Amino acid sequence: MRLHVDWTACDGRGLCAELLPELITEDEWGYPVVRTDEVSPRLEKAAGRAVDRCPALALHLLRR
Amino acid sequence: MITMERRLLAGDDSPFAQPTATQLVALLREAGLTGRGGAGFPAWRKLEAVADAGRPPVVVGNGAEGEPLSGKDRALLTYQPQLVLDGLRIVARALGATATHLYVHPALRALTVGIPMTVAPDAFVAGEESAVVNALAGRAPVPSDKRIRITQAGLGGAPTLVQNVETLAHIALIVRHGPQWFRSAGTPDEPGTFLATVGGAVAAPGVVEAGYGVRLGDLVDAAGGPVQPVQAVLVGGYHGGWVPAWPELPVSRAALGAYGSSPGAGVVLALPSSACGLAETASIAGCLAGQVAGQCGPCVNGLPRIATTLADLAARRARPGLVDEVTRLSALVQGRGACRHPDGTVRLVRSAMRAFAADVTAHLHGECLAGGAR
Amino acid sequence: MTDALWYFGRGTGLVALVLLSVVVALGVGARSGRTAFGLPRFAVNLVHRNAALLAVVFLLGHVVSLYFDPYAQLRLVDLVVPFAGEYRPFWLGLGTLGLDLLLAVVVTSLLRHRIGARAWRAVHWLAYLCWPVALLHGWQTGTDGTTWWLRTVAVLCAALVAAAVAWRLSPGFERFPDRVPRKRPVLEEAR
Repeated sequence: MRLHVDWTACDGRGLCAELLPELITEDEWGYPVVRTDEVSPRLEKAAGRAVDRCPALALHLLRR
Repeated sequence: MITMERRLLAGDDSPFAQPTATQLVALLREAGLTGRGGAGFPAWRKLEAVADAGRPPVVVGNGAEGEPLSGKDRALLTYQPQLVLDGLRIVARALGATATHLYVHPALRALTVGIPMTVAPDAFVAGEESAVVNALAGRAPVPSDKRIRITQAGLGGAPTLVQNVETLAHIALIVRHGPQWFRSAGTPDEPGTFLATVGGAVAAPGVVEAGYGVRLGDLVDAAGGPVQPVQAVLVGGYHGGWVPAWPELPVSRAALGAYGSSPGAGVVLALPSSACGLAETASIAGCLAGQVAGQCGPCVNGLPRIATTLADLAARRARPGLVDEVTRLSALVQGRGACRHPDGTVRLVRSAMRAFAADVTAHLHGECLAGGAR
Repeated sequence: MTDALWYFGRGTGLVALVLLSVVVALGVGARSGRTAFGLPRFAVNLVHRNAALLAVVFLLGHVVSLYFDPYAQLRLVDLVVPFAGEYRPFWLGLGTLGLDLLLAVVVTSLLRHRIGARAWRAVHWLAYLCWPVALLHGWQTGTDGTTWWLRTVAVLCAALVAAAVAWRLSPGFERFPDRVPRKRPVLEEAR
């Protein structure tokens, strides 16, 4: 699975960085910095939660 | 005396046989034609993706030419519009398209082509292919997220092929004369000719045609030769990269890659030694920052910051960490947008920091090398 | 038994009003992108969601108990169609309207990944109508409307939401005040 940010929708609200700190940090404007878009099976559940809780529906989990 | 190629610019109204989609994909694959809009994506792949979508597509000729330094699409549509329209029809018929559109630069508002034509706004990102689809659909001409490719679902939900007008003109010639003829210009890896818009410190700025791998010096000479000593050349436009002003340097992806540049959409700008490369780059970066669509947080915040930091460097307002700041911000915005606008900006800035490394050092010490101090 | 239904109906209604006020205040405050009460943003978001779902449960209790209460004499249609009732139709109708609005907001929120952000956001704005409607309904409908404790709770609820809105409109609201605002793609004249 691969993380995808829809930048036209992302409001930089910061929930994803809390729910998936292993892959996502924040830049100085609060927008997500995806360290690597590759989601290991171990992190899929947390990634799914981050996708589900994004207030702007900007985070997506895509099959390769 | 150098002879430049005249293929696109000479035009061609000879008859041709209409290929099927499969034949056209094979032809273009054999020819090795790449998109001439800047990204250089193989034309056959995009065509195949649209053909494989399984529904009747829409085909769009893209002549928006939002790149301020480029004039080749306008020149082509002005002098050889028939070649572009031939290419558009060939592709549309091969794919069984339900509609064809031509999308043009505002300067070509008065063009009559006999197919639906839409005038692009004079904006840098308006030529990005998802922005083209949005413009034709009556929405704001800004890029969309790429989760769903327009080759799958674009204009009105139909698979959509947006192809640069020069690419279409090449297709019209390849269908007439075959892939081997196309390959007789250019290099084995980068076959064919391209239209270059040569400007800056040259005697006769304008559009010339040449095969990929042409010597940089020959391109400059074709535009009347330099009017001043040239210190560096911007190849690829505002999203391109600075390369050394070496006449022998081949204009090809392979040779320019070492400088983080590529022929792109064929822009060649000769920078005279009287000018300051950093000031020039800062001014371009300012323009690019002003041309953001504003949809994506990292780009709308990052590009203006990059531009002001470069402006400080250009104006010799030195402060500790100025160069590191440029490096950091460049890494920060790269790849973080719906389109390649941040990436292209970063490419330009990084190439400037390399090409004008001596100028950077001088500026940090309050001096400038422009005008012969080098 | 009848009295029990009556008291249960009033109690559940009051709890639902308090929960809705908390939900609205958290929803407004969450726009700041800040953490609150030592809770991370996602936890604030979850409290917002779960309190809303709990409010729906209490409202169902409120509606069902009063439906079976012989004194209020509600018909089934009064639970869905506002302002058609016999008993204090306006104030009761506000309650029905509030329930409809809340269900619209909750259902679209649960389905927001399917209906998309734009439709979800549009319906979510109805929360700003739903909450005052619920407040007015609670203030006036019941026989408790005149009791000091209900009035006190209602005033506290109003104060909570007003405080959240005031904070929202204050300059220090955003976590990143220097952020360049993003543009949403808007329909422009196609030239």
